[in-house]
Amino acid sequence: MNTIELFERAHEKPEMPQFGAGDTVRVHVKIKEGEKTRVQVFEGVVLGIRNRGHRGSFRVRKVSYGVGVERIFPFYSPNVEKVEVVSHGRVRRAKIYYLRKRRGKAARIREKRMQ
Amino acid sequence: MKAIVGKKLGMTQTFEESGRCVGLTVVEATPGVVVRVNSGEGGDSAGAIQVGFFETDPLKLNRPDAGQFKNLPGKKAGYKVLREFRVADAGQYKVGQEITVEQFAAGDLVDVQGRSIGKGWAGTIKRHNFARGPMTHGSKNKREPGSIGMSATPSRVHKGKRMAGQMGNKTATVQRLAVYKVDPEKNLIFIIGGVPGSRNGVVTIKETVKPRRAEA
Repeated sequence: MNTIELFERAHEKPEMPQFGAGDTVRVHVKIKEGEKTRVQVFEGVVLGIRNRGHRGSFRVRKVSYGVGVERIFPFYSPNVEKVEVVSHGRVRRAKIYYLRKRRGKAARIREKRMQ
Repeated sequence: MKAIVGKKLGMTQTFEESGRCVGLTVVEATPGVVVRVNSGEGGDSAGAIQVGFFETDPLKLNRPDAGQFKNLPGKKAGYKVLREFRVADAGQYKVGQEITVEQFAAGDLVDVQGRSIGKGWAGTIKRHNFARGPMTHGSKNKREPGSIGMSATPSRVHKGKRMAGQMGNKTATVQRLAVYKVDPEKNLIFIIGGVPGSRNGVVTIKETVKPRRAEA
């Protein structure tokens, strides 16, 4: 193992549920307002996972008052307090960027049956 | 004067307390050895020390290089890189003394010098950020530099006119980078931001020449 991997592995791995593209998640984000920090929830569809080990991140999209909003969350960010999986969606690709062009009914994702 | 030569291992990232993500360059700098303290006599530059880095078998060096390390106390060793550093207190250094990463601490501002990644002979678009011409509609001005000057007056091209040529593979310095962390056990220095050169490239880390005004 090289030195850089060793440095990256020294970071504590945050606890995360299993999720992937198409799943709906609630991300609890720490937000600092002046002195106070509070937690805000960002709920949306996971567009894709960027697997880069310690430098990995995932992208969540939601439509807020008719405007599409996407946020990228690094897995190791201390600002990501918790991730909850709301539902698992059935999609056929790893990155579902096509969702950006779809509105309303067309933007639905079928739910995956889990045992 | 704090200075050391190391090998750029690559880049990674970490998060600050505030949650801000910072990019880090990891440099491995094994201890160097003071080879010579300049006397200042006979054309010798005074107030400087010569330091060898990257220990190697002296037989792997050519004779003139190996000869520089003949007078070192202790075991027979050679060094691949020999650098001279200006120091205010040359008298404090002794031949054979080790130069380690421990002279640096988190928060120090440093200048880092390396050899930038070579891009070969590059055109004006890549080298000087010129604009490109249209690629279609019969354009014959795809990646040309355009006009390079006037006509009969002055009948020449101005000096310093930006043109195509060798890009990269030359010495580059980045000033005022902050040290994030020093690991004396593994001889590592973590620097916030990028550093010139490829992975495994040789970089020189020095105390910055532009400290904050309050410190100067």
